[in-house]
Amino acid sequence: MGEWIEACGSDDVEEEDVIRFDHAGRVFAIYRSPDDEYFATDGLCTHEHVSLADGLVMDEIIECPKHNGRFNYKTGEAKGAPVCVNLRTYRVKVEGGAVFVEV
Amino acid sequence: MSKHFVIVGAGEAGARAAMALREQGFDGDVTLVGGETHLPYERPPLSKDGMVAEVFAAKTIATAERLVDAGVAFRGGVTVAGIDRAGKRLEMKGGSTLPYDKLLLATGASPRRLAGVEGERIVYLRTIEDAQRLRGALGPGRHIAIIGGGFIGLELAASARARGAEVTLIEALPRLLSRGVPAGIAARIQARHLAGGVRLVFGDPIAAIESAAVSARVTLESGMCIEADMVLIGIGAAPNVALAEAAGLTVVNGIAVDERLQTTDADIFAAGDCCSFPLAIYGGRRVRLESWRNAQDQGNLAARNMLSAGEVGASVPWFWSDQYELTLQIAGLADEGALTVERELAEGSILFHLSADGRLVAASGIGVGNAVAKDIRLAEMLIGRRARPDMAALGDPGVRLKVLLSQGELA
Repeated sequence: MGEWIEACGSDDVEEEDVIRFDHAGRVFAIYRSPDDEYFATDGLCTHEHVSLADGLVMDEIIECPKHNGRFNYKTGEAKGAPVCVNLRTYRVKVEGGAVFVEV
Repeated sequence: MSKHFVIVGAGEAGARAAMALREQGFDGDVTLVGGETHLPYERPPLSKDGMVAEVFAAKTIATAERLVDAGVAFRGGVTVAGIDRAGKRLEMKGGSTLPYDKLLLATGASPRRLAGVEGERIVYLRTIEDAQRLRGALGPGRHIAIIGGGFIGLELAASARARGAEVTLIEALPRLLSRGVPAGIAARIQARHLAGGVRLVFGDPIAAIESAAVSARVTLESGMCIEADMVLIGIGAAPNVALAEAAGLTVVNGIAVDERLQTTDADIFAAGDCCSFPLAIYGGRRVRLESWRNAQDQGNLAARNMLSAGEVGASVPWFWSDQYELTLQIAGLADEGALTVERELAEGSILFHLSADGRLVAASGIGVGNAVAKDIRLAEMLIGRRARPDMAALGDPGVRLKVLLSQGELA
């Protein structure tokens, strides 16, 4: 079991968007889906380690801002070239207006 | 008998096409022929991270294992001498032949050369070997002269400064990036290079470049002389069309293909830097793009159409450049625009280019890191939809571009 860490306020992320969260030298990406659910993945693209939080969220896909590598942020699945390695995902819970990630 | 698809050129477009044939379920034979001996590798880092990194490591597009797993026969270091279209086979240098059912030409482009300027102290950047030669000349106390204020020259200027070398960049025209980049953005890039300690010389044509054993000298028409350890020439690239031309295929600023990437021979396709194609979003204007994304997109499209998908390309041109902490991204072709609207962001700015009738045709952005990436990506989608977004909204950073995207569908 990991440790639950407070990442951000639930209002800090807009719907269908993503923000970056740094913790203990690691980079995470926190997503809010169009249907108002929260998700978390590793924050750097598996292709060239670019921060995904600068990328575009469309529905359940995050697209890397550099080379358009695409992942399903709910499952971490890489959706084709240039990315071929999946993103690691993390459990998320929302409590008292804050988003927690299990790291 | 199983089909044999052959791809000539193992750069981004060719390698992508080979993998895409398998992703599309093609079960025939795939042969990927490359002129270089290396496994397919990414060229963008050669002028950027690859030039700055302590240790140079090429970034492969597909490892030997991946190629084997995908059933792609890679033949590197091979020169194709000719295409026998009637016999549907390639004639290789050395006399052997390679039959094909469908052929993809992804032969790329080569740096334009200054006539007669060759030598140990002269380098043109395209390959790993070029990059390694140049890397060897960078470092504190070294001086490189760069001919050409385009992307290759500017990225190398930034990389050379990062490695502590002195840089003089010589551009024949009055400003940097005069092809395809708006003046305001070019001015910002120029200011960054000046702040970074690059000496810039404009509008002073080159009289002579001499390369000797230990140094080179660039003489300008004004009489100015620049002594350098290495001279990098980055004055654009020309498509590699010799093979296509000799085979009688139509060539128009590159191997001419239709919107399905088919050449004038129905069994031969072309993709990437080597081809020119009609862009539907600009009324069929024929363009040739030298960009990583286009190579990827066209590699994928060519693969699908070699499998008779008959799919029309619909990508919006897009490219990026990294210099210092800045990234430039451009979607669409800025010269299609008649009006501009500027959006200021916290760490960057974007110039939207609209046609006279209000369609968004391009967006040019520059900012720290990927500050402009999200908005440029949304602009790219709006351009692809031929949207007429509200100009006031475009200029207002408080309005999310994503909102315009849903409105764009109504336009």
